[in-house]
Amino acid sequence: MATKVESLSYPVRRKARKKISIVPYLFIAPHLLFFAAFLGWPFFYGVYISLFRFDFLRPENRPFVGLKNYANLFNPESVQFDKFWNALGNTGEFILWSVLPLVGLALLLAVLLNRNYPGRGVFRTIFFAPYTLSVTVASVLWWWIFQQTGIVNQAIQAFGLKPVNWLGDLPGAWVAITVATVWWTIGFNTIIFLTALQEIPKSLYEAASLDGANARQQFFMITIPMLRSVMVFVLTITLIASANLFGQPYIMTAGGPADGTQTVIYRIFFEGILRGQMGTAAAMSIFVAILLLSLTYLNFKFFGATEES
Amino acid sequence: MTTLQTTPNIQESEVEIGESRWSKIGFYLLLTLFALFFLLPLLWMIVTAFKPFEEWLNPNWIPVNPTLENFTSIFNDKSLPVVNWFFNSLLIASLFTAAILIIDSLAGYAYARLDFPGKNFLFGLMLATLVMPGIMFLIPNYLTVSRLDWIGKIQGVIAPGLSGVFGVFFMRQFFQSLPRELEEAAYIDGASVWRTFRSVILPLSKGPIITLGIITFLTSWNDFLWPLLILGGDRKALTLPVGLATLQGQYTFDYGKLMAGALVLTIPVLILYAVFQRYIIRSISMTGIKG
Repeated sequence: MATKVESLSYPVRRKARKKISIVPYLFIAPHLLFFAAFLGWPFFYGVYISLFRFDFLRPENRPFVGLKNYANLFNPESVQFDKFWNALGNTGEFILWSVLPLVGLALLLAVLLNRNYPGRGVFRTIFFAPYTLSVTVASVLWWWIFQQTGIVNQAIQAFGLKPVNWLGDLPGAWVAITVATVWWTIGFNTIIFLTALQEIPKSLYEAASLDGANARQQFFMITIPMLRSVMVFVLTITLIASANLFGQPYIMTAGGPADGTQTVIYRIFFEGILRGQMGTAAAMSIFVAILLLSLTYLNFKFFGATEES
Repeated sequence: MTTLQTTPNIQESEVEIGESRWSKIGFYLLLTLFALFFLLPLLWMIVTAFKPFEEWLNPNWIPVNPTLENFTSIFNDKSLPVVNWFFNSLLIASLFTAAILIIDSLAGYAYARLDFPGKNFLFGLMLATLVMPGIMFLIPNYLTVSRLDWIGKIQGVIAPGLSGVFGVFFMRQFFQSLPRELEEAAYIDGASVWRTFRSVILPLSKGPIITLGIITFLTSWNDFLWPLLILGGDRKALTLPVGLATLQGQYTFDYGKLMAGALVLTIPVLILYAVFQRYIIRSISMTGIKG
């Protein structure tokens, strides 16, 4: 259990605990108030909204429609169907593009940082720096780099090749968004891997090298197995982060070309906030949330099954 | 031979010294390549920001005629209240950080050290929200904020974020690591719970409070989606990240001005990062350990 309540038997405190004191409640009250209002209540309110045709701009006309908003997501005749599944497919595509580099490269970077050499701290500082920036900065910057007249195309032309319409074509737009995202966020995963690497007992490597294991064998027989639980953690948070992609396409491609990079969050934003159709948007949110929870569950089930500690 | 996890040596039979020299060169080459990948885009942003119009599309890495005109033109453009955005961002991030530090250290302390009926239940609820995808809360929270008439207002940007549980867990974890004897001595002296917290515990908590403060400030300063939803209607009320996106809409191909705007947004962050790097990185390490 996560809550480790150490039982104390000191007379002073025990007396205080006999009758229920309101003091602890005063301590938690401020947080609990916000927690209840913006994490507890919306959990139920979201489900409630999703059962209505909830037009933000027309409070007088919000009929109860039961599960129709959900059914519409599976009904090819409905207004929402095409765009929603397009957005869901795009989100899935971005997950495929981004998760492998965000996890694999981060592990490589962490391994590079886990040795003793002069300048190591400087490299760590550099690798992590972009993570501290706003998504707007990262996106506007890479949008500029990937412009048709941008530096990437100029480099390509310098090699005598044809410039690429990165942001206006597929899969160019995905390449640009993925590179921007990897550049921006990989430092986070790297630090988590690095921390985990530093916790592997050095004696394991010493024993292995006495037994004649080479570097490659040590990496696959010691490092990778010891990283198992942190790997599941990183994989899960990366999946979720990638599924939440919004700012990068909003700024770099405006969801284009032809809705080709419009993601699920983007779609929900469009449907609920811009179009004011909060009932359908809430239903989409809940459907997506269930998908994400299932993904997380499967992830832990398949990769985290044999966790000992 | 404790740090061997790099690229495996290819020919084991080769002379030790030569082999390790080559692998050392390869190692530094790889590191440098990655460092360039992270640094060059930032450098390109800075270079572009100081280039005059005629040079924007030239691939030179040092401006021939460096200029501040990109900065002056965005600061002088009446339709782009960059200064307002800057202070909006500063105000929102500061208020948000102060509020988080107060309510989360209070709650964190109660969950770490005080006993009360319902504690485990509430704590379990908070744990459960960790796995809940944030998207579920977007639409209903927008409606709640709109019902409170907080759309376009600072409260609307700040309040929902105060529900977060990360800071509570973070502070709780720290308070649990403190020795119990500290409080016992205070109780024996007749101090109240509040008094003990205020004058014994808090003074010992500077490190974690700074850490939580820095990452909370950064998160708030950089936040995009929620301020966009809440403040999107009124140009003057925007934060810098949302404002920069607007700038991009307006100055589509004025690259120098856009990069100048991006730089204005970036500089405070990079200063914070330079000063508090250790705290920022440590807080992320802790996330990993928790997971």
